[in-house]
Amino acid sequence: MTPTKKALAYAVLIGLSVVFLIPFVWTVSTSLKETQDVFKFPPQWIPHPAHWENFPKAWSALPFNRWVLNTIFVAVSCTIGAVVSGSLVAYGFSRFQFKGRNVMFFTMLATMMLPSQVTQIPTFMIWRQLGAIDTFYPLIVPALFGGGAFNIFLMRQFFLTIPREFDEAAMLDGAGFFRIWWKILLPLSAPVITTVAVLTFLGQWDDFAGPLIYLNSPENLTVSVGLRMFMDSYGTDENLLMAASLIHIAPMIILFFCAQKYFMKGINLSGLGGR
Amino acid sequence: MKTRRRLIDRPAFWGFLFTTPWLIGFLVFTAGPMLTSLYLSFTKYDLNTMQFVGTKNYHKLLFDDPIFLKSLRVTVTYALFAVPLGVTGSLGLALLLNLKLRGQRFFRTFFYLPAIVPSVASAVLWMWIFNSDYGLLNYALGIFGIGGVEWLSDEKYALSAIILMSLWGIGGSRMIIFLAGLQGISDTYYEAARLDGASVWQQFRYVTVPQLSPVIFFNVILGVIGSFQVFNSVYVMTNGGPNNATLTYALNLFRNAFEYFKFGKASAMAWILFVILLVITGIQFWTSKRWVHYEGEARS
Repeated sequence: MTPTKKALAYAVLIGLSVVFLIPFVWTVSTSLKETQDVFKFPPQWIPHPAHWENFPKAWSALPFNRWVLNTIFVAVSCTIGAVVSGSLVAYGFSRFQFKGRNVMFFTMLATMMLPSQVTQIPTFMIWRQLGAIDTFYPLIVPALFGGGAFNIFLMRQFFLTIPREFDEAAMLDGAGFFRIWWKILLPLSAPVITTVAVLTFLGQWDDFAGPLIYLNSPENLTVSVGLRMFMDSYGTDENLLMAASLIHIAPMIILFFCAQKYFMKGINLSGLGGR
Repeated sequence: MKTRRRLIDRPAFWGFLFTTPWLIGFLVFTAGPMLTSLYLSFTKYDLNTMQFVGTKNYHKLLFDDPIFLKSLRVTVTYALFAVPLGVTGSLGLALLLNLKLRGQRFFRTFFYLPAIVPSVASAVLWMWIFNSDYGLLNYALGIFGIGGVEWLSDEKYALSAIILMSLWGIGGSRMIIFLAGLQGISDTYYEAARLDGASVWQQFRYVTVPQLSPVIFFNVILGVIGSFQVFNSVYVMTNGGPNNATLTYALNLFRNAFEYFKFGKASAMAWILFVILLVITGIQFWTSKRWVHYEGEARS
């Protein structure tokens, strides 16, 4: 590449980075302002002094404590459930021959195209019959059956790349199928397990329609629905509202940076990466 | 003669056993509800009384429900803009990130970050950006001497605002999948093209696009399916308004089900949505034969 082209490429990359990052800067800046400075025009980018007390103020205005714990509980349960059950299912699909396997596998892939609205109402009726409205069961239980087609697919693709000789060697040493899954496949699959775990956790943290349909009492809400409620009550206090949004955003950013190394690799393994 | 082995000694039994969690979940949470919802779509049902009404729900929706048709129009308009812009945008970013330059790791992270922002938080912060008096967008337009508009409360601009906001997330998994696809294209193709004197544009047109076409196809299909299900952003930002300008299909369906308790009608809407998506996806598969290039085919 010629130096001019290189400079041009950097200019575009940096320009785009600014465009993508500016909403974050704007949010953080607003969240640290005094109420009267929020509505100054043109806006002031660096608030001085920074009003850090907006965060505890937003946090305690509504029961964010409780909401964060609820969301963590739901998300962690789903993540563990999806990884354990999904990896078992992926093990079944990737290592065994049995009647109906291919039909099942393609049916599973086809469910990815099904809009969730088709199953939403009857599923709601089931949970209502079971008296589980306003509990976490409707949010957690469905994740315990493999954690969704995409997750199973990702893990199966990864398992296929692990040489079968490992399984066979373990079997000669007297290991059963469960042991092979636990002692051989799972430890060798860290990138894909991390990816599935992060994707599931992100998905649950982000989920809005589920909690909106199933949860009612204020103390049972998750952060996403709670933030919506916060917006209704404090919609004009933009500084507090932005602080509350950051409470919702920050854990995801931290999680992303912790898992980034594995995570990007894992998405690449989705089977499309190498084609 | 082979001796009959006990069930527990057969690998096939274990294979099936391991996949049963998915099978049970599929029967209870997918297949069963699908059939139930198909039946419900022929009824009038409000959680208390159920009455079979035949095809009345479908008939009314398609021929005598201006709100439904409006929501369909809004969603198609959204898809017609958000999918092409989103797919070309994320491909563009991937092409930039695929240039051999230092520091790409950082740019990739910067582009990706918006995609992990939870959708409700994203909606809340974009409402503030779109604020007509103190928002960032009108301020930025003002710097270039362009007068601001009422992004979310003017019928003419509200849907554009929602589309614009969706583009903030083009650096997400879609871009990563493109990037992986680009990195999977062998350099030998480009070398051959350069030997033949191909320009950068010709290399893109005759090497990158055909080689990447399965990935483009995949992203377009998922993009269309996703754009027919936009819900969180419009529920939070505009609640479908002003004057139903942002009433998406999914929001209208949700309202009928969980606000008006018209479960029969909402089920019919869900099945119409499903059929629409099946038809669109079918058409895409059918036309894909002309432009999607698979490695195996070329060799044979």
